[in-house]
Amino acid sequence: MGAGILLTMRGVSKSFPGVRALKGVDFTLREGEIHALMGENGAGKSTLIKVLTGVYSKDAGEIRLAGHPRALNVRSPREAQDLGISTVYQEIGLCPNLTVAENMFMGRSKSPFLNWREINGKTARILGELGIPAKPERQLANCSLAVRQMVAIARAVDMNCRALILDEPTSSLDESEVEGLFALMGDLRARGVGIVFVTHFLDQVYRVCDRITVLRNGDLVGEYPLAELPRLALIEKMMGKELQELSGVHAEARDYGGLTPVVEVEGLRSDQGIAPFDFRNYPGEVTGFTGLLGSGRSECVRAIFGADKVTGGRVRVKGKAARITKPLEAMRLGMAYLPEDRARDGIVSDLSVRDNIILALQVMKGFFRPFTRKKATELAEGFIGLLSVKAASLDTPVGTLSGGNQQKVILARWLLTKPDYLILDEPTRGIDVGTKTEIQKLIVRLAAEGMGVTFISSEIEEMLRTCSRLIVLRDRKVVGTVSGSELTQDNVMRTIAEGSASPAGAAPPDGSAA
Amino acid sequence: MSFIGKDGRARGEPMSDTTFLLIITVVIFLAMYVSAAILFSGKGFAKPQMFFNLLNENAALIIISCGLSIVMIAGGIDISVGGMTALISVACVVHLNDMEGSGFLTSLLLALGIGLAFGLLQGYLVAYLDIQPFIVTLAGMFFARGQAAMIETQTRTVANESFSALAQARIRLPIGSMNNNGVFVQAYMELGVIIALVTVAALFVTLRWTTFGRSLYAVGGNKQSALMLGINVKRTKFLSHVLCGLLTGLGGFVFLLHVRSGAVTHAAGYEMDAIAASIIGGTMLTGGVGNIFGTFIGVLTKGAIGNIVRAMGLVGSWWPGITLAAMLCFFLILQSVITSRKRA
Repeated sequence: MGAGILLTMRGVSKSFPGVRALKGVDFTLREGEIHALMGENGAGKSTLIKVLTGVYSKDAGEIRLAGHPRALNVRSPREAQDLGISTVYQEIGLCPNLTVAENMFMGRSKSPFLNWREINGKTARILGELGIPAKPERQLANCSLAVRQMVAIARAVDMNCRALILDEPTSSLDESEVEGLFALMGDLRARGVGIVFVTHFLDQVYRVCDRITVLRNGDLVGEYPLAELPRLALIEKMMGKELQELSGVHAEARDYGGLTPVVEVEGLRSDQGIAPFDFRNYPGEVTGFTGLLGSGRSECVRAIFGADKVTGGRVRVKGKAARITKPLEAMRLGMAYLPEDRARDGIVSDLSVRDNIILALQVMKGFFRPFTRKKATELAEGFIGLLSVKAASLDTPVGTLSGGNQQKVILARWLLTKPDYLILDEPTRGIDVGTKTEIQKLIVRLAAEGMGVTFISSEIEEMLRTCSRLIVLRDRKVVGTVSGSELTQDNVMRTIAEGSASPAGAAPPDGSAA
Repeated sequence: MSFIGKDGRARGEPMSDTTFLLIITVVIFLAMYVSAAILFSGKGFAKPQMFFNLLNENAALIIISCGLSIVMIAGGIDISVGGMTALISVACVVHLNDMEGSGFLTSLLLALGIGLAFGLLQGYLVAYLDIQPFIVTLAGMFFARGQAAMIETQTRTVANESFSALAQARIRLPIGSMNNNGVFVQAYMELGVIIALVTVAALFVTLRWTTFGRSLYAVGGNKQSALMLGINVKRTKFLSHVLCGLLTGLGGFVFLLHVRSGAVTHAAGYEMDAIAASIIGGTMLTGGVGNIFGTFIGVLTKGAIGNIVRAMGLVGSWWPGITLAAMLCFFLILQSVITSRKRA
């Protein structure tokens, strides 16, 4: 192994039933560097980390660690820790009901007895050295999230960790807490620790990292020194450019001057940490929220629909001021929302196709006035035909259908409520190409019939094809709008990278683009 | 209170949940008992023996509740302890009365053996086969009472000299009170109380100063995190049930010392009493928070409620239950407030 190289992964592959999550990926970590691991949803970042830390076993490839003559075979997180490879996960992995000192030393001593004075003393020393503002005796639950994360890092450092993996450490921290964390990371880098930093925040990558490795769809795109990979190039590598310039298919930008927006929000924000944003959607218009994963796409539409707790801003529905505090109120106002995670928020997998389809309408009607079976069958059959759902019968449990057909069932559920405004959050994820196209066509058709539609997808070309206006987000903030003839992949990526509002855009001032 | 803060908690630090709930328990018990002693001094509340009777009556429950608290701290539950106590009482009586050469020592071993067997089996099913502890111990509860009935359906009184001698042992205390004839009567404790107090002290030390004790809290607090911290979660859960079984064995023996008879119907509702005492003592149903000393106070609180309600002239058998229910509600609400504060 070359000088300064701490850890190498060569040709690592990992498959799950039906998915090849990693295809021969290489990764190199050097001593004293902060190395960003970047990629969109499904790129394979978390699989790579889990292989490295022994959560998953690899199918092929080898991992080598400096100082070990033979390739490693890491079988458990515990073993990885013993080798000096530690991970601090987003949801941390400490026990909130114990004290800071206990969390530092729990599970590391062979002695059957606990010497409080000793562990408190040691902890105080380590916390002092690393400049972490916490007391050893304090119960962890009484510490802020940032401090908890730092305690987890301190534990790893004290266990002689040489490679530290930080998985989305900053996603729930405020700015000053992020500064504190970065200071700690810088300190560790100076001590020669190699840090793998996984984040969705581009600004943070360019602030602290030395090197970037990009993955896409389980493939290694490449490894680059930070200085050689400008923002725009990074986004291109993360999103892929193969399908570029498919634009021109999408709906024409129209003049909606005379129309009342079906929904209009001003300064809307929710408890999910999105910056206040303005947005309007006209009848017959297909809009989209775009940005990298974690940029706040879903959070925006969830705020509009009242699915998250709204903490401020004004909403007008069809010109009338409205107050939406829960989804049912949004539904009564003629809105419908097809959620991102259909397994969790959408489908009731043990209920039949028929019951799933009438569910939303039934909720709006009230549970004490049930539909007759005949009426329900009639309603359901209409949409099964319209959307060509492939199911054995109306009584088939939805859980047994394919992903695409499940999605159509949920879509049918919302179309049945005859919404004026339909929000589709990742409706095409995990379904086959044919069904994807069908759903895209359906969106355009619904808009042509006068429905207002908002569409979210991770696949940018899909959005370019369907939407006539795209709201661009970065780091939970609206950074621009791209519409009409400017709708090209290049423009969208540039907006994500630079936050430059296009002339037609109505973006709020944002000077944070470094 | 010297037993809090031994971990050197700095001044001005926020209290841990365990400490906070314990303090509330102790304050409530003291306030309740002192006010009863003042209000009902004519009914004997001020007499020391009244307090020691509370211990004599509840020694077995104290030991059993400690076992339950340990399981609950590790995030589990055990509802078989009442049935086990009945089984132990029946098995020991049959053993003491019908077998040659039996004495208190062999019956103690028998009681511990039964408790250990239940603990091992239930612990294995819960920890290694990953079955819900409620279901496992529900089966244990039915099995224990059924097994007791298979051994003996009649209530039988212990007729064994060595055991009876032990059961009648009284520890005289240097304090006491005047009786109606003006004669000074020393207060006394039964042997079971000594066993219970030693158990409480030993477990208190175990939970605070041993790696195993802290692992119980870690596992109950967050199983996934405990695993990441390098704790053997399965073994910890397993051992919590084994310990609870052993303690129920010991508690069953102390129970027999006090009642000196065995019956299938004995210790009815003990599992619920033990859960209630644990909760009043500051053990959280969600796991990870609790204190053995609190459980001890919890049992006394539960017992004192009965005495006080009777002293108040509320003779209906339902009054202690209703008072206890109100108290439990108070503690559960307190716990849920703590939990939601943490989530916010």
